[in-house]
Amino acid sequence: MILNQDEKSRRIASRISKELRDGFYVNLGIGIPTQVANFVPQGMDVILQSENGMLGIGPYPTDAEVDPDVINAGKETVTELRGTCYFSSADSFAMIRGGHIDLTVLGALQVDEKGSLANWAIPGKMLKGMGGAMDLVAGAKKVFVAMEHATRERAPKIVTRCTLPLTGVEVVHYIVTELAVIQVTPGGLLLQELAADTTVEYVQSLTEPKLTLPRGGPAPMLL
Amino acid sequence: MDKLIPSPDAGIEAVHDGATILMGGFGLCGIPESLIAALRRKGSRNLTIVSNNAGVDDFGIGILLQNQQVKKMVSTYVGENKLFERLVFEGALEIELNPQGTFAERLRAGGAGIPAFYTPTGYGTIVAKDKETREFNGRMFVLEHAIRGQFAFIKAWKGDRWGNLVYRKTAANFNPMMATAADFVIAEVEELVKVGELDPNYVHTPGIYVDAIFEGTNYEKRIERRRTRSV
Repeated sequence: MILNQDEKSRRIASRISKELRDGFYVNLGIGIPTQVANFVPQGMDVILQSENGMLGIGPYPTDAEVDPDVINAGKETVTELRGTCYFSSADSFAMIRGGHIDLTVLGALQVDEKGSLANWAIPGKMLKGMGGAMDLVAGAKKVFVAMEHATRERAPKIVTRCTLPLTGVEVVHYIVTELAVIQVTPGGLLLQELAADTTVEYVQSLTEPKLTLPRGGPAPMLL
Repeated sequence: MDKLIPSPDAGIEAVHDGATILMGGFGLCGIPESLIAALRRKGSRNLTIVSNNAGVDDFGIGILLQNQQVKKMVSTYVGENKLFERLVFEGALEIELNPQGTFAERLRAGGAGIPAFYTPTGYGTIVAKDKETREFNGRMFVLEHAIRGQFAFIKAWKGDRWGNLVYRKTAANFNPMMATAADFVIAEVEELVKVGELDPNYVHTPGIYVDAIFEGTNYEKRIERRRTRSV
């Protein structure tokens, strides 16, 4: 089965949503990570933090609700919820750097076998900046990477050693792709879960470092 | 104690070529629109602008880039500005990128008389290049220095003649720290109220930090990414 971009993103976001717990404060990066918000289980209170100074991000507004003073870190218009609060960027990053965020989900250009992450620059080609990503990986309790397993040209994004400018050194705990859930362990990358429509061999062929397997093999990916 | 000035142009009279100016805002949200427009009219050059982002091509700090007034930007994310990218790749504009939390804390430190601080953010990355590092409790930290400006351009929602300010929702962002971290702080507000009208419990920036204040007009408050849902 070949998934399109949207199906891949939904699968990844859905899988990461299984890690959410009632009462979690969560920061979601731009792109696939943002979609995790669509899969928060009914009845669970998960508070989304936006690093531009908002705790409690609501859905996108209706036309009538659009307020230019209420945006998320991706600069999209959003709404507030009951119990939302606003604060300065210094307070926002005190939350992030002070270890108060339970879980963050970020996109990646590359992740390596030690859990180092590159996601903010391609020298000479792309100049964007790191925004809050370096702070999030340094301060959040759990760091998840949400990304497509390989590039469009099928080159590995999970590599032995990142070649692009780093966001953080040995900071990623889990990598979730459309094919697999991989845990970064001191002994290397552990292939914990495998999607039903792929094989260990295929995942390994798109992954540069050697994956280790749990005893009894990888579990089916939770969806 | 009256800090009211008649116009943004009066507020920036002292801005000189080569000045370092802090500008509040996240994307286009909470930016000092009137002061940026006045600075474009005044035409000061070789400026160092300290701001989280660089605006878009034709709005916000983008209009200063267009007019070649900026020598250097200190920012955290500059992804939405094609002109910016071109100027940097051509070597016509210097850029210093900071992690956003480091940027916020450098400004906070600048306003609080703290010359430098240690943070784990950026350790082992190019951000930490040539910086002092030190181990605390088994973890490595990077020494980051405070930022101060000669001027700060602040945008608030409400304010009074004493310079007390209240921000609105996510338009606060970097404005509160920047208001503490410059030699001369100019605030523009959407609504100037009488002294005593702001609830003292909810003043975000106490007037001690502010040198000049005026009520802006015709705020465009442009939205960078309008996302909506159907009802």
